[in-house]
Amino acid sequence: MLLIECPYCGTRDESEFTYGGEAHIVRPLDPDALNDVEWADYLFFRKNSKGILQEQWNHSAGCRRWFCAERDTVTYKFKSFYKVGERPVEDEA
Amino acid sequence: MSRLERGGRIDRGQQISFTFDSKQYHAFQGDTIASALLANGVRLIGRSWKYHRPRGIIGDGAEEPNGLFQVEQGARTIPNVRATQAQVYDGMVLRSTNAWPSVQFDIMSVFGLFSRFLPAGFYYKTFMWPAKFWMGYEHIIRKASGLGASPKELDPDHYEKTNAHCDVLVVGSGASGLMAALAAGKAGARVILADEQEEFGGRLLSSRARINGMSSTQWLQQMRAQLSELQDVQLLPRSTVFGYHDGNFLTIAQRLHDHLPLAQRKGAREKLWRVRAKQVVLATGAHERPIIFGNNDRPGVMLASAVSSYVNRYGVKLADRAVVFTNNDSAYQAAIDLADAGTLVTLVDSRVDSRVDSSHDTASDDARAKAAGVKIMHGCAVVNVIGKAQILAAEIQKISADGKSISGVVQRIDCDLLATSGGWNPAIHLFSQSGGKAIWNDDKACFETGKAVQEQFSVGAANASFALQDCLRQGLDAGQRAAAASGHQPVDLDLPTLEKPESTELTPLWRVPNMGKPGHGPKAFVDPQNDVGVSDIFLAAREGFESIEHVKRYTALGFGTDQGKMGNISGMAILSEALGNKISDTGTTTFRPNYTPVTFGAIAGPEIGSTLSDPARKTAMHTWHQEHGALFEDVGQWKRPWYFPKAGETLQQAVDRECLATRASVGIMDASTLGKIEVVGNDASEFLNRLYTNAWSKLGIDCARYGFMLGEDGMVMDDGVTIRFAEDRYFMHTTTGGAASVMSWMELWLQTEWPELDVYLTSVTDHWATAAVVGPNSRKVVSAVVDGIDFDKDAFPFMTSRAGTLLGVPVRVNRISFSGELSYEVNIDANYGRFMWEQLMAAGADYDITPYGTETMHVLRAEKGYVIVGQDTDGSVTPHDLGMSWAVSKTKDFLGRRSLLREDCVRDNRKQFVGLLTQDPAEVLQEGAQIVNHASDDIPLPMIGHVTSSYHSACVGRSIALALLKNGHQRFGETVQVTTPDGRFVSAEISSTVFIDPNGERQNV
Repeated sequence: MLLIECPYCGTRDESEFTYGGEAHIVRPLDPDALNDVEWADYLFFRKNSKGILQEQWNHSAGCRRWFCAERDTVTYKFKSFYKVGERPVEDEA
Repeated sequence: MSRLERGGRIDRGQQISFTFDSKQYHAFQGDTIASALLANGVRLIGRSWKYHRPRGIIGDGAEEPNGLFQVEQGARTIPNVRATQAQVYDGMVLRSTNAWPSVQFDIMSVFGLFSRFLPAGFYYKTFMWPAKFWMGYEHIIRKASGLGASPKELDPDHYEKTNAHCDVLVVGSGASGLMAALAAGKAGARVILADEQEEFGGRLLSSRARINGMSSTQWLQQMRAQLSELQDVQLLPRSTVFGYHDGNFLTIAQRLHDHLPLAQRKGAREKLWRVRAKQVVLATGAHERPIIFGNNDRPGVMLASAVSSYVNRYGVKLADRAVVFTNNDSAYQAAIDLADAGTLVTLVDSRVDSRVDSSHDTASDDARAKAAGVKIMHGCAVVNVIGKAQILAAEIQKISADGKSISGVVQRIDCDLLATSGGWNPAIHLFSQSGGKAIWNDDKACFETGKAVQEQFSVGAANASFALQDCLRQGLDAGQRAAAASGHQPVDLDLPTLEKPESTELTPLWRVPNMGKPGHGPKAFVDPQNDVGVSDIFLAAREGFESIEHVKRYTALGFGTDQGKMGNISGMAILSEALGNKISDTGTTTFRPNYTPVTFGAIAGPEIGSTLSDPARKTAMHTWHQEHGALFEDVGQWKRPWYFPKAGETLQQAVDRECLATRASVGIMDASTLGKIEVVGNDASEFLNRLYTNAWSKLGIDCARYGFMLGEDGMVMDDGVTIRFAEDRYFMHTTTGGAASVMSWMELWLQTEWPELDVYLTSVTDHWATAAVVGPNSRKVVSAVVDGIDFDKDAFPFMTSRAGTLLGVPVRVNRISFSGELSYEVNIDANYGRFMWEQLMAAGADYDITPYGTETMHVLRAEKGYVIVGQDTDGSVTPHDLGMSWAVSKTKDFLGRRSLLREDCVRDNRKQFVGLLTQDPAEVLQEGAQIVNHASDDIPLPMIGHVTSSYHSACVGRSIALALLKNGHQRFGETVQVTTPDGRFVSAEISSTVFIDPNGERQNV
């Protein structure tokens, strides 16, 4: 069971959380400006990346806040946790 | 009795008795079922599941494939208890499994005579076709081959769960585990030490090694004493660490009283530990593997290490004459143990280049064995054993140095015990579960742990370091490192000293070659529990199976309750041989939790019985419904009245009566379960505009509006009526089942996409009790008990809401309808729910007010063509498909709107919502039934839709149905054909979805 760090409550068991898929999918401000292909890209297509993925989590059995995390989809290890509206801290090269 | 005169860790002062297949036996406190039976000279303990061959105990731990017993009877019966791990107690009742009518005389053993005709995949090949016969075959096969039987009564025991955190979790309490726990504990770390056995010590419990000049028994005593003095060290014997999950989260099943006589059992039976450990030390040891030869499953063939256990730990005299067959050094100790216990021992070592050179060294295993009187034969192998229910002799021949061929005369040696050792398989199960990859070690001929992927150390035999001196050193080292890694300062500890280092050299030999044709000669078993032989693996390879995962499933290798702890690795090696591969290329099957079987009770914990793990939600009027004979149905977690039958009424009769009474006079339904969410804030209107298909900004105060909520893909997700209480306050209804997910959906958008909106959400479903009073007389009933509201039809019109009081208690009355009738939904503080209900019932008495449940509600709404989301829709249906475009705004954006313009949503031939009227008005269609144009068309018939709702309607006087049908809105009046469960086709006319009052006049009175 993963350990997940809610930015509001601290570190808790995975069973308190709900997964919310890839993060930073922005809803187009003017959907009518998009053709069907572009709209489908927003609606259906996700990176499904092997490696680090930025994703949304909801502390559904806790504070019920949504937040973001960076997680390696191979090892399941979390790299960082951050609030909605923030960006993950870049690695220092 | 076959008990040695002295020795062992059994308490000879405490004799106990138990029964096995109704016969009484005696044992001592400290015996396992296995040692007790062996001490009583019982060798034949069961039959194999496929060939029903006689079987005996092979091992002394979790790897035991044969020693499975049905323990106790009735509600407390436990199937497949491993004899090697369960302690025997006074009064214990044991039965053999898989033998009928008895182990001595097993009718099914006739299968054994035909074993050549029952190869791997036999059942697949023979019984699977024709498929419809399988049910009959299966019944007989299951009866013939079953393992234990599950209890049929409710479990009378209870179970606990606990959560724990520690710095260091040490799994296994052998030499390495004890050293690790002591080193970490002395450093001040919080330690949990868990071991599956009755007492700590692991293989040292069976050993005669001397440590620090002491016997292993004394050394163990000293170690246990030191550990129990450390306050932060939690000691868990009888506790199996059965799962290793992400984040160093491990699960432990602690058995609290299975080892006690039934009368002495108190409290919980088991406790499930859920442990988060900063560091884990895996000291899980290793399982000895046999060398495989002809008839190696006969009772009396055992593992060498198990032989040492029964002699040293349990004081069992196993045999007068024994053969020990080995390819490595570790079995020499078993030969010495047997010889010292008075057994005449011949040691057969397959290695040609014997240990002659070291025979001058008096401390060598070779010399020690000889000194103990063991006769040693080098370059030889046991090719077969003689005897059925008990071995009588071993047949021995020369074996070549490469192990590929046997030759020479067959030498027969009489013996009643054959101990075998083919080396050791590290118990890497937990390591593998943690995500680590097993690596083949060619020198040691075993799979060992690769790189740790979690915060973890593997030590000792689990780390393929089998010699005692290495176990002690690695345990000490890992304990100190784990303590340091979890923030503690390690302290210096002395490494215990041994009189002589153990030698573990080995020359791989997996099976003794059979010089005959494949499939002939004596059967040689790889996995005794599943009756998988060497020939089965070769057969699988011949038939084209190459992946070990496929061979496992084809042959059933490793499928049993032992999960292949004894046979799997040998099976992989033999498959490699058959394929001409390297073992490292064949690889292992996947090690999954649980390490050994865990009871359902331990997993379920206290959440068993009628409540299960899902709470039942009941409305404030629930007790009234019960008192008035309601039958209930589950809707989500809610218990909702289904219908209220009067004496002798069927479901249909009750529903007919409830429907007619409601439309003729007045009915009442508990609507408390509908989801209710308060949406408050300056931007509440804007939020609802974005959420719902229709517009909200212009909705008047105290007015109501029906709305659709779509997923961003444009499909209907939920629906309901929302009322505006104030400029900045809305009261939203959701479906009963959708309340929680709608709340989450709204939170998601507010938090992630529109945080700028000033909106607050509160779930108030449980705050209000709601009674829907429905029918032409509803106004009279409600107005009789509610004060402060003008019920005039124009003063309080349809789709509006008013606040009033009911005998002084505030109520909110909504004039909305899910039946097409004049209807009021009265909401009151849930604490007054039953009070309100009784007031309404009393006021309705003059009008024969009729309580009704969900079934009548469904019929009433279907008569009006009202959709139930989730029944008439399935996640692929748009509002347009439902013919409800009127509810979709064309002037604003909302979630899902853009998707409604996608090519797929505007194409022809979408399934659309229609009514169906069967030609025969008495025929009620099956919900879910497929619809076709003409039953006479060529097969396969194109399926053009399906029935979503179907009822007999007393009010319409015939059956009615709703359906999703391709292009349905263009096909009104046409006839289609609908399948029935009994294989007929029924003709039905496509109709409007509204069967009663098409102009909606009844609700506007």
